[in-house]
Amino acid sequence: MVRAARLQLRMLVQSRENRAARNEDSRMTRLPRWLIEAVAMVGLLLGVQAQTTRAQQTQTKKSGPAPRRDMSGIWEVENTIEGISPAGVHSHAPFTAWGANVANNVYKPGDGPRKVPIGNVNDPLDSCDPAGFPRDLLFEFRPFQVVQTANQVLMMYQYQRVWRVIWTDGRELPKDPDPRWYGYSIGKWEDDQTFVVQTSGLDERTWLDNAGDPHSSEMRVEEKYHRVDHDTLEITVKIDDPKTYTAAWLARDKLRLKLLPANTDLMEMICAPSEAEEYKKVIANPATGPTPSK
Amino acid sequence: MRISLLKRPLLVFAAEVCLVSVPVAAWAHHGGANYDMEKQLTMKGTVTEWLWANPHCFMKYDTTDDKGNVAHWAVEVSNPTDMTKRGWSLHTFKPGDEVTVTVRPAKNGAPVGQLLKVVLANGQTLMGWPNGPGGAASTPDAGAKP
Repeated sequence: MVRAARLQLRMLVQSRENRAARNEDSRMTRLPRWLIEAVAMVGLLLGVQAQTTRAQQTQTKKSGPAPRRDMSGIWEVENTIEGISPAGVHSHAPFTAWGANVANNVYKPGDGPRKVPIGNVNDPLDSCDPAGFPRDLLFEFRPFQVVQTANQVLMMYQYQRVWRVIWTDGRELPKDPDPRWYGYSIGKWEDDQTFVVQTSGLDERTWLDNAGDPHSSEMRVEEKYHRVDHDTLEITVKIDDPKTYTAAWLARDKLRLKLLPANTDLMEMICAPSEAEEYKKVIANPATGPTPSK
Repeated sequence: MRISLLKRPLLVFAAEVCLVSVPVAAWAHHGGANYDMEKQLTMKGTVTEWLWANPHCFMKYDTTDDKGNVAHWAVEVSNPTDMTKRGWSLHTFKPGDEVTVTVRPAKNGAPVGQLLKVVLANGQTLMGWPNGPGGAASTPDAGAKP
């Protein structure tokens, strides 16, 4: 692409010089060189962008059809910032009284509409507590690998290097389970391209997102994975927690994921308490505290 | 001659493309609120430690003023996953390296900040915190989310 851009620019400059040599356009020769180059650069940038778009479209067109009942592979959110969601979910159903109390008086997030100064943040992630489910889908949703076995779908996440087991053997969700950070999950194929997961038994110490949106242990979460084509998956996440929210709502709505090459080597993103503590001591706390005396 | 005419803007163009295409995955959720988004400092220093860690990598270095006073600085960049994509590594710095750094300092005057750019002794320039000097400010946010 850069070679093509260089060629375009070379041709443009050559063309200008040829015309000047032939005195075909005397006004052109009086234009300052910097202006011509600037205009050329703008054109080039637009051209490169167009080429990129065309390349992406071509790439999309190349994707084959979705395989039947298969979502194995390494997936990444197409829009990485949307996957990370630093400010939390875009919107949610209104809080119940219980939910509002937790959100406004207990949780002190570092981002979103109820953001507090850094020194007052009590986000459990700051001390390396588990993100839990479904926060792992609503904050720092980095690449993850899906492995399918005869009776399970395993989801292995880069962020915090954790995995979930989704049972596909036809079992029911447990009645009145002891809460877990990542709950209990069962899944089934709704059709050949759509896998639906139900999760319950979630530990309510975890937050939903980076904005400190709470949930209770009564929450049920539904994930719907729809394989659009071979290289594209869409995820929709529905939160149903009547103790915290007055209605069910979508925390992710057809968020697009792209298939990464099978040989992608995912890095670790592990919260080591000692490293987190060092970061706080060396960077976060000095930057937060009062002005040091000279 | 024509080629040299082309080289300069193409280099500028290449630099612009690099800046524009830098992934902004990491900067958006850690620690922007405590830094002075309107201020940048450039200084020479000697690396004392380079930590390749979550939630953010950071470098410690010392500066010495005209009177011989030594200041101990600590400046952060993003996490190893994101910095790897930008060409950084565990071995990017070692104690004793002479560097020229541009930082966005803390509002409170403490010798900490976001590392925007570093020039190594061999002249190589590394871009640190996404957007770099003169770039858009990061989203104000809370502390460590490893």
